[in-house]
Amino acid sequence: MKKILKNKLSQFIINVIILAAIFTIVQYMLNVGILNRFYEITLTSMCINIILAVSLNLINGFTGQLSLGHAGFMAIGAYVSVVITNYFELPLIIGLIGGCLGAAIAGFIIGVPTLRLKGDYLAIATLGFGEIIRVLLQNIDYVGGPAGISGIAKQTNWAWLFGSVILTVIIIQNIINSSYGRAIISVREDEIAAEVMGVNTTNYKVLAFVIGALFAGLAGGLYGHYFYIIKPETFNFLKSFDILVMVVLGGLGSTTGAIIAAIFITVLTAALQAFPAVRMIIYALILILVMIYRPQGLMGNKELTIRSFGKIWGEKR
Amino acid sequence: MSLLEINKLNKAFGGLSAVLDVSIKIKENELIALIGPNGAGKTTMFNLITGVYKPDEGDIIFKGEEIQGLPPYTVCKKGIARTFQNIRLFNDLTVLDNVKIALHKDVPYSMLATVLRLPSYFKGEKALENKAIELLDIFNLKDKKDEIASNLPYGEQRRLEVARALATHPTLLILDEPAAGMNPNETQDLMKLIKRLKEEFNLTILLIEHDMSLVMGVCERIYVLDYGQLIAEGKPEEIRGNKKVIEAYLGEEVG
Repeated sequence: MKKILKNKLSQFIINVIILAAIFTIVQYMLNVGILNRFYEITLTSMCINIILAVSLNLINGFTGQLSLGHAGFMAIGAYVSVVITNYFELPLIIGLIGGCLGAAIAGFIIGVPTLRLKGDYLAIATLGFGEIIRVLLQNIDYVGGPAGISGIAKQTNWAWLFGSVILTVIIIQNIINSSYGRAIISVREDEIAAEVMGVNTTNYKVLAFVIGALFAGLAGGLYGHYFYIIKPETFNFLKSFDILVMVVLGGLGSTTGAIIAAIFITVLTAALQAFPAVRMIIYALILILVMIYRPQGLMGNKELTIRSFGKIWGEKR
Repeated sequence: MSLLEINKLNKAFGGLSAVLDVSIKIKENELIALIGPNGAGKTTMFNLITGVYKPDEGDIIFKGEEIQGLPPYTVCKKGIARTFQNIRLFNDLTVLDNVKIALHKDVPYSMLATVLRLPSYFKGEKALENKAIELLDIFNLKDKKDEIASNLPYGEQRRLEVARALATHPTLLILDEPAAGMNPNETQDLMKLIKRLKEEFNLTILLIEHDMSLVMGVCERIYVLDYGQLIAEGKPEEIRGNKKVIEAYLGEEVG
């Protein structure tokens, strides 16, 4: 027992040290200019994509509900937070919290009726709702209509991004590794068996949907406060699709898979920025190859942890 | 007073009456079998009792409460657990997690404690794990707790399903063909296990079974369904000699 505790504690300490090191090194490189503006933008997209992929993975991967409306929740988070900071001149933290709550409420309103649907029907319904959110924003003059809101003060920095990613991953992982998380996974595994075992599947689907939307809202808020401008067109169906690709590529039901895929796709997009046509081809090729040779995604439903590194290390020796 | 009382239960799928005016009474601590030829409506009865289907007419009274039409998770909370004819485990999860999910209905910590990893979470998880292992031990599955459920051999999958059902600590356990696909030795062991569980957990058991040695050997009373209707009811020896039952199984005598 003591040994296990010790192990857990030492793992926790190793995790903290690694994370602190990553944070400090990147911050230092940003400060002295090793990472220029281009890398900074890539880094920002990367963090935002990780939050989006990990949160969508909760809905699509762990709960097994195919949702295609994630960009809609991101839009709500972006708009609500920008309205709070820009129009009401409140601090960023309040804007982000507002954006999260706004997206979570939208997730609840959309989730309750649509989660009665299954599979393809749910995908179409969530796709529709995502588009409705976009079209609504386009027609609200208060938030600038199709032109969106511009001249937003840039407040998102590396510390906010890094902190948000860590928060998202920790909260979602903590939920997954609990009895609530097991209930969520049981919905994916066998809905009827889950119900008969006393799991209120509708509740858990809505719960996962709301939490997923909440973090998409966080990603939206961070996005809005980095790129100076938000407009409804940014949050169209293709954005939802991009996030879905990351989740599928990483492996449905693997948080570390979603993180790896989000990093990979962001880097790929940045590297191929000069050749937009080639980018789409490579994108498609990678997807096809993954679907043929590794249909369960890079990580399947496994997680990459320090302990698994330890195992590999142990086997090698 | 009976534990489960079913009055004039009806369920039709389109024009087909799957269950027609069936009434059943089960007293506490009884071991009852529901038998009948294929397609007689046995599994439909189970689905109606556990809330998977909603009955068209009639009522189901469990512990003095009407439960017909309630969703399955509520029925489970009232104390009815079941297994399935074609095993429905959580296939990609470990044996231990399968049982832990069934323990979810009395999860001892809050969502807040989960997110913040408060001490109550660690204590609660430990308690859940101990309970799950204790159950697995009864079913000789303790050593396999970390295996993926779908990798277990067939007989062990069946046992795991019963263990999972028991994790919801039911008063009424419903078993849908527990011995299907088992050889006579395994069936013998299963019979002993069912009897033991009944005593140890103070259970009332209702089972569907085709294996007549099992049915006649352990069950106290038998209900026979045919074409959705109840055609006979009684002690094993009464059912064995019942003309209607023999006809239902073997067909009518010609001439």
